Amino acid sequence: MAEVAVERVSKSFGDVQALNGVSMAFADGGFYALLGPSGCGKTTLLRLVAGFDFPTSGRILIAREPVDDLGVEKRDVGMVFQNYALFPNMSVEANIGFGLEVRGISKSEQRRRVGDALDLVKLGGLENRRPHELSGGQRQRVALARAIVIRPRVLLLDEPLSALDKALRVEMQVELRRIQREVGITTIFVTHDQEEALTLSDRMGILRDGVLVQEGSPDDIYENPKSAFAATFLGDANLFRGTADGSTVVLEGGDALSVSKALKAGPATLAVRPEKMRVLEQCGDAEQANTLQATVSQRIFAGSSVTYILDWRGTAIKVFAQNNGSRIAEPGARVVVAWNREHTIPVTP
Amino acid sequence: MSRRDRRFGIAGRTYLGLVLFFLYTPIFVMAAMSFNASQFYRLPVEWTTAWYVKLASNQVLISAGVNSLLIALVTTAIATALGTGAAVVFFRHRFPGRRVLQILLLPPVAIPWLIIGTSMLVFFFWTGIGRGFHAMVLGHVALALPYVVIVVSARLAAFDIQLEEAARSLGAGPWRVFFRVTLPFIAPGVIAAALFAFAVSFDQFVISYFLAVPGFSTLPVEIYTAIRKGFTPEINAVSTIVIGISMLLLLVVARYYKFGSIR
Repeated sequence: MAEVAVERVSKSFGDVQALNGVSMAFADGGFYALLGPSGCGKTTLLRLVAGFDFPTSGRILIAREPVDDLGVEKRDVGMVFQNYALFPNMSVEANIGFGLEVRGISKSEQRRRVGDALDLVKLGGLENRRPHELSGGQRQRVALARAIVIRPRVLLLDEPLSALDKALRVEMQVELRRIQREVGITTIFVTHDQEEALTLSDRMGILRDGVLVQEGSPDDIYENPKSAFAATFLGDANLFRGTADGSTVVLEGGDALSVSKALKAGPATLAVRPEKMRVLEQCGDAEQANTLQATVSQRIFAGSSVTYILDWRGTAIKVFAQNNGSRIAEPGARVVVAWNREHTIPVTP
Repeated sequence: MSRRDRRFGIAGRTYLGLVLFFLYTPIFVMAAMSFNASQFYRLPVEWTTAWYVKLASNQVLISAGVNSLLIALVTTAIATALGTGAAVVFFRHRFPGRRVLQILLLPPVAIPWLIIGTSMLVFFFWTGIGRGFHAMVLGHVALALPYVVIVVSARLAAFDIQLEEAARSLGAGPWRVFFRVTLPFIAPGVIAAALFAFAVSFDQFVISYFLAVPGFSTLPVEIYTAIRKGFTPEINAVSTIVIGISMLLLLVVARYYKFGSIR
C-alpha cells in the first residue's frame, strides 16, 4: 500500500494530446475517483499509473519512488478491467492464484491466500468454476480478488461496474467500498458515472480534454464547482451569464443576482443547483436574496419530488422540489423562482 | 412456407449430393480398384490385398513416403512456430507498414505454385542453396507460412488483448503471458494451422519436383514418376493410404477449427 503522485503528466498519441499537464496526489489508503466524459483522458491516466503506457512528459511516483523505468509487470499494482479480463482457460482458483504463482509463492500458501481472497469477496466454494460459468457480478468479484490477492501497492479500477445492470451495480458499489476499507488499499477508480463517483470516493478529480478541471472531496466539488463544466458534469446546474459589478451580477434583460463575495468587474457566469431553488407563487413570499420571474413550462411529478422546467426569458431553468405539501404549480402558471445568495456560485465559463 | 421450404430442401439436398458425388466418385473408384485383382479396372471387383503387399516391398515409394512425412513434419514445426509468432506480432503491435506487410503475406497463396516453384529453383540455384531436403523444407515453409498466419490471425481476432494486460499487471513476463494466456486461447487455431501446414507440405508436388535430387524425392514426385513409367494399381494403394491419412487430418482440423470458439 502506498501513496501515488502524478506530477505534471502529459501524454500524446501521435497528434492527439490525451493528457495535458495533470498533477494529482493520491494519499495512502484513499479511494479516488477519476471522473469525466469519454475521451477526457481518465483511462489514459489510469494506464499511465498502471504502467501500460508511459508519460510523454512529467512523472509518476508510487510510494515516493519514481516508477518511470518500471513496466506494469514490475509496478506491483492490482488492476480490474472493464470487462473483467478473466483467463477463460483457467478455473476461478487458478485465475486468482495466477499472480501468486508468478511471484513463486508455494502451492499451499497460494491455496490459503486464494481462499482468503474468495472469502473477502464472498465467493467461497466457487474455486473450481470456469469464468463462463459465473454471473456478471461473480466475475466482477473474481477480478477484484485476483487484483488484491497479490497485495498490490495500488488498486486500479477501470470502469469496473459499467457492464453490470443497475441493481447489481449498486450492490457492487457497496461491496467495493467495504472491501477497499477492509484491505485499506489506495484505490483509483475511473468512471463516467457521476453518481458512482460521488457515492464511492473520498476524493475525486474531474477531467476534461486531458486537463484536470477540479479536484477535491465529492461534497466540496458539488457545492463549490469552479467551472461551468464541473457544475454541469457533476450533478445538474442552471447557468446564468451576466456582467459583474461588486457582489451583484446584472443579467441580460436587467435582472440582478447577488453573490456572497465581490467579483472582478466584467462578464461573469453563475451556477445554481436545481435543488437549492424554490418555486413560489408570489414575489413577496421570498426570503431569499435572488428571485426571477418565470413561467412553468413543464412539471415532472415523481411522487416524492417534483421537477419543474421554468421558462425565464426564453431560457430553461430546472428546479427540483420536494413534495412537502406546498402547492404544485401547473404548466403556464406565473411563478417566482428564489434561492439564497450563498447558493449562487461564480464559475469560470 | 413449409411446403416451399421442403421442396427447396429436396432440391438443395439433391444438388449437394451431386456435388459430393462429383468430388468423391473418382476417389472411391480409385480406392476400390486398389483392392481389385485386375490391373485393368475389370468389373466386378475381385477383392485382393495383393497391391498393398506389393507396395510393402516397393522401396522407392516407401522411402519417398518417409521423406514426405519427414519434410512435412519439419515444415509444420517451423512454419507453425514462425507463422504463429508473426500473427501475434501483427496482432499486438501497430507499427508503420503493418498493413502492407499483412497484405504481402497473401500473394503466395494466390500465385500459381508452378511460378513460385520456378522462382525458387532459380533463386536456390543462384544463391548456392541448391536442391534436396533442406531446399524442400525452405520452399515448403515459405508456402505454408501464409496459411499459418491467416489461420492463427483469424483465431487471434477473437482474443481480448486485455487478457494479456491483466496477466502483465499480475507480474507475468512476456513468455509467461504467451504460454499461459495467449497460447491456450489460440491453441485451436494453432493446431488447425499446423495441420494446414502439414497438408500443404505433404501434398506439395511442383516445388518438390523442382527441388528433388536423384536419391531424394517425395511421395507425390515418385507417384508422378511411376505413372509416367506405366501405371500399376500399387499407385492406387499408396494413394488410398494417403487419402485415408488426409481425411483423418481433415477431421481433426474440423474438430478444432469449427468448435474452436468454445475451449
